[in-house]
Amino acid sequence: MTIPTDRRYSKTHEWAKLEADGNIAVGLTHHAQDMLGDMVFVEPPATGRQLAAGEECGVVESVKSASDLYAPVSGAVVAVNDEVENTPEQINQNPYSAWIFKIKPDNPTEWDNLLDAGAYQTLADSEAH
Amino acid sequence: MPFIPHTDDDIREMLGRIGANTVDQLFDEIPAALHCGNLGLPPALTEMETTRLMETRARQDEPYLNFIGAGAYEHHIPAAVWQIAGRGEFYTAYTPYQAEASQGTLQTLYEFQTMIAALTAMDVSNASLYDGASALAEAVLMAVRAHKQARRVLLPATVHPFWRQTVQNIVKHQHIELVTLPYDPSGGHTSLEELAAYAGDSFAALVIPQPNFFGRLEAVDELTDWAHRQGMAVIAAVNPVALGLLKPPGEWGEQGADITVGEGQPLGAPLASGGPYFGFMGCKQALVRQMPGRLAGRTVDAEGREGFTLTLQAREQHIRRGKATSNICTNQGLMVTAATIHMALLGPNGIARTAAACHDNTRRLMAKLATVPGIRPVFTQPFFHEAVFASDIPAADLLRALAAQGILGGFSLGDAYPELENAILVCATETKTEADLDQYAEQLERIVSRRSQGPACTRLKPTADSKW
Repeated sequence: MTIPTDRRYSKTHEWAKLEADGNIAVGLTHHAQDMLGDMVFVEPPATGRQLAAGEECGVVESVKSASDLYAPVSGAVVAVNDEVENTPEQINQNPYSAWIFKIKPDNPTEWDNLLDAGAYQTLADSEAH
Repeated sequence: MPFIPHTDDDIREMLGRIGANTVDQLFDEIPAALHCGNLGLPPALTEMETTRLMETRARQDEPYLNFIGAGAYEHHIPAAVWQIAGRGEFYTAYTPYQAEASQGTLQTLYEFQTMIAALTAMDVSNASLYDGASALAEAVLMAVRAHKQARRVLLPATVHPFWRQTVQNIVKHQHIELVTLPYDPSGGHTSLEELAAYAGDSFAALVIPQPNFFGRLEAVDELTDWAHRQGMAVIAAVNPVALGLLKPPGEWGEQGADITVGEGQPLGAPLASGGPYFGFMGCKQALVRQMPGRLAGRTVDAEGREGFTLTLQAREQHIRRGKATSNICTNQGLMVTAATIHMALLGPNGIARTAAACHDNTRRLMAKLATVPGIRPVFTQPFFHEAVFASDIPAADLLRALAAQGILGGFSLGDAYPELENAILVCATETKTEADLDQYAEQLERIVSRRSQGPACTRLKPTADSKW
């Protein structure tokens, strides 16, 4: 699957998409869901929680593993995707539309620290086998 | 085949290979001050000598008529329980690592979970934990994880004192604070009047023992509803046999308890030097991902055939390492197997009749003891199969005098509850006959009356070679 160029990526396999209102939607990459397998449970951070960039803030659980979610940038959690919480398989089916939570970013410069699609492709390829 | 796998030659060879002179050298990094030193063990005995020693020790137990409960209860265990549990297929029933290859073990665990869920009216049960006390500690950790904010838990003084110590030992390093709730000195139950002082949102959970350590019934509906109004989870700590008569935790108050734990020993495990026992734990569906331990589930394989599997394992330590939900992964497979057989043999009616017989015996015992001059029943709240009485005689003296007459008269409460000096907790399960109860009352009366007459009782003082 091609890696969308309309967003950025963390080294911990979250994608981050800057939306029109300035908030950042966060989800798991295709590569991450492929490595984890069938998703059975998503535990997003609570709305209102203040996160630091790189902070552990939730858990995604597949049939074979449980893995932490990390905040790609600092900020407050402003929304959580109930639909994905109720049907975690959306992360497998449409990883790039199944956002898990949204952050109102504190510091716009942190965005620049994230990987672009090309750099993430290189990272994913290096981990693939 | 030698019982000790390494000969001196083996050890020398292994040490030589890694360049160490002695085995002790391998532990050099542990400071000398932390070494246990000489344990003072006697010289090794032969098998024949050991058997003889154990037979001698075992004989010391036999003549006693037991009225001690306090967390471990003497029940009739049908002979079939251990006859079946002792079969080779069950007897090495540790949690299997290649789990799905052991379908029989998994099915046993699944049946056990189903029975516990039915007994407690919880949505799910795990495959057991070490014992009741550590199960309560796990429930406290679970409630704090689920609450996410508060790290304080209300723990009534009416919870078994050893359980409270165990919980404290396990949770203190995780910065969880246990706050003791006082009990009503006349009723012997957790005081509803004093709850208001703990209202608010700073507690993750309230623990409710049923029956409590004094054998008394707590006001479980009121306590449960109060805790839920404060945003706390409710952790029920129950005696499984009592649930044959009492309302199951899942039906307490308007919403039911959130987590239920208990000591499984009364379900088929003998009183044998304190163990092995097992803990059980159930919870509401919403909390299942916070629950520690193993869960066996029923499923179908790729060809549609029914089978059993370990499920919800992704948060266990072999996958999540230091981030695991709990470091308790194991269960008490053998004890659980016995309990499953025990429950299957008794059935719901058998458990209810056992519970009724226990209650009836303790009620009749207390009625008899209450007629003994100098004996005062303590507490007024209804009880299940334990109750407290007091006298003016130091509890230790009274219990020693009863033991000399072949009666284990109960558990002295003064150590754990200084305000209950001279108070004794007694238990009469279904194993006691009318004659047993009479014998207790008669001996107690004799001891108390002699004691009140003066120094004759000093004859009962133990000497150096007394066995009691």
